[in-house]
Amino acid sequence: MKWLPATLAARVYALLLLVLAFAPLIFEWIDQPFYLDLLSRALILAIAVISLNLILGFGGMVSLGHAAYLGIGAYCVGIASYYDFYNGWLHLALALSVSAIFALLTGAVSLRTKGVYFIMITMAFSQMVYFTFLSLEEYGADDGLVIYSRSEFPEFISMDSSAGLYYWVFALLLASLFFVYRLVHARFGRVIVGSRFNEQRMQALGFNTYRYRLTCYVISAMMCSLAGMLLGNFTGFISPDMIGWARSGELIFMVIIGGVATFFGPLVGTLAFVVLEEALSAITVYWHLIFGLLLVALVLFGKGGIHGWLSRLERKVADHG
Amino acid sequence: MDWNLLISQLMNGLQLGLLLFLLASGLTLIFGIMDFINLSHGSFYMIGAYFCGSIVAYTGSFALGILVGLVGVFIVGALVEWFIARKLYREDHLDQVLVTFGLILIFDTLVHMLWGASGMAIPLPAVLNGQLTLGELVLPTYRLLIIIAGFAVAAILYILVSKTRLGMLIRAGASNRTMVEALGININRLFLFVFALGAAMAGLAGMLIAPITEASIGMGNDIIIVAFVVVIVGGIGSVKGAFYAAMILGLIDTLSRSYLDVLLGLAMPTEYSETAAPAISAMLIYILMAAVLAFRPQGLFPPAGAK
Repeated sequence: MKWLPATLAARVYALLLLVLAFAPLIFEWIDQPFYLDLLSRALILAIAVISLNLILGFGGMVSLGHAAYLGIGAYCVGIASYYDFYNGWLHLALALSVSAIFALLTGAVSLRTKGVYFIMITMAFSQMVYFTFLSLEEYGADDGLVIYSRSEFPEFISMDSSAGLYYWVFALLLASLFFVYRLVHARFGRVIVGSRFNEQRMQALGFNTYRYRLTCYVISAMMCSLAGMLLGNFTGFISPDMIGWARSGELIFMVIIGGVATFFGPLVGTLAFVVLEEALSAITVYWHLIFGLLLVALVLFGKGGIHGWLSRLERKVADHG
Repeated sequence: MDWNLLISQLMNGLQLGLLLFLLASGLTLIFGIMDFINLSHGSFYMIGAYFCGSIVAYTGSFALGILVGLVGVFIVGALVEWFIARKLYREDHLDQVLVTFGLILIFDTLVHMLWGASGMAIPLPAVLNGQLTLGELVLPTYRLLIIIAGFAVAAILYILVSKTRLGMLIRAGASNRTMVEALGININRLFLFVFALGAAMAGLAGMLIAPITEASIGMGNDIIIVAFVVVIVGGIGSVKGAFYAAMILGLIDTLSRSYLDVLLGLAMPTEYSETAAPAISAMLIYILMAAVLAFRPQGLFPPAGAK
C-alpha cells in the first residue's frame, strides 16, 4: 500500500493527526466536552514544546527558562486587556515583538556561554521575568490577572467557542510543525544542527554560528510567546506561577518523553505528559513522585522517548518477521 | 535616616548573603569539580530544615536538631551521589538537568508524604529568641547567631580548602580534574565527599532559616536560582568567589528592596517610583549577572588555572 507512510512512527503520527482533526466531533459524540479543554491546553503547550525542541533538540541549546516566553505572551494579552485593548492583532504584535526583544537581549548574553553556564543563565533570566511579574502589584502580582474577554480578530476569526479556539490552535500547531520541519531542512537549519555537533567546524566553514544560533533562539522565543498568547486566551487567567522555572523543567520533560530533535516528538510528548498528569493526579495527590521516578528512569534507561521506542519496536518486528 | 532600619536591613542582607554562600559553596564545587549541574541542591536545603525540625519537635534541643540534621543531610547527599549523580558525570548536561529535576519532584513528594503538606514551624530556645540592645540599636539575637554561624562555616571551609591536603585535592580538581585522576587520586571518594559536604552545607542553610520562615515544601526551589547566580558571578569552582558574590548579591538584593523606591523617588514622581522600584529590585541581581557575563564571563574570582 503505497499511500501509507513509510515507518511505523510516521503511521502513528498520521493517525494521531487524523484523530486530533476530528477530536471536537468525537468528544461531542461521547458527550465529554471537558476533554476538549484538556486537549486544547495540550496542543497549546505542544506549540511551546515544539519551539523549545527547535533550540534544545536541533540546536543543542539547553534552555531552562523557556516558560518565560509563555508568560510574556500571556501577559501581553493580559496587560493589554487590562487597559481595555482587546484587538487580537495588537495582542499578537505585542507578544511577538516583546518576546523577540527580550530574547534578543538575553540570548545575546546567554549564547556567549556554553554548557552549564547557558543552562543556569537561561534559568536565571526566566526567574527574573518571574519575579518582575510577581512584584507588579498593578497587574495582580502573585494573585494573577483575570482576562475577561478573548482576543478579538474582527471579520477574521472567532475564538469564542471552545471548538473554534481548538481549531485555531490546531491550525497553528500544524503550521508550527511544518515551519520547524522546513526550517531544519533549510540551509539555516543545517547550520544550526551542524553547530550542535561541531561548532568549530561550522565556523571554519565560514559561518558566523553565534548569529545563527541567536536568530534561532529569537525565532523559538517568538513561537513560544505565540503559544503563551493562546494560553492566556484559553485559560482566561494568568499568574507568575506559569513562568516559574519548574514550568520550564516540565517543558523539557515533555520534549524528552516524545523524543529530542524529532519533528513529532514534542507533540506526542506533550500529549503523553498532559494525559498522564490528568490521570495520575486523579488517582493520588502524590503523583509528582511517579513523574519524578519516570523522569529519572527515562534518562537512565529509555533513550529516545516515545519516538525512539516506536523506531526500536519497528526494527524488532522487522527482525522477527 | 532611620539608623535602626538601616542596621537591620544590613543584617538581613548579610544573613541572606551567608545563606546564599552556604548553598553556593557546595554548588560551585560540584560544578567545578564534577562538571555536574545539580538542580536538586535546593532539596537538601529543604530536607535539612525538616530533619532539624523533627528532632527539635522530638527532643526540644535546637543544637541537637542541627547536629543530627547535618549528619542526616550528609548521608542523603552521599546516597544521591552514590546511586544517581555518579552515573551522570560523564553524560551530557541535559541528562543531568532532567534527572535532578526528577529528584526535586521525588524529594518534594517524599517530604509531603512524611511530614504533610503544611509547613513545619521550628520553635527557638528562649536564649536565642530575644533581642540584644546596644545603646539605641536593637538586634535580634537569632539573626546575629545566623551571621556568626555563617562566618564560622565560611572560615572553616576556607581552612579546609586552602590549608589541608583534602582542600588541595579539591582545588586541583576544580582546576583540572583529569590531571588529578592521572596522579592516582581516588577520584570517586573525593567526589562522594565533596557532594555530601555540599549537601550538608545546603542543609545547614535550611536549618538556620527555618526557625524564621518555617520549613515548607519547595522552600529551596527559589533560593537555589539565586545561588546559581552567585556561582556564575563568583566563577564556577571558586569558593572564594562564591563568598564574595554571595555577600554582594545578598546586600544588593536586600538593600534595593528597602531603599530603591527612595532613590528613584528623587528622580521621578512617587507614583511611578513605587511601581518601578519593586520590579527593578527584583531584576537587579540578574542584571548584575548579565553585566558580569558580558565583561568577565569566567566570573569575578575564577579558580586558579581554570579555563
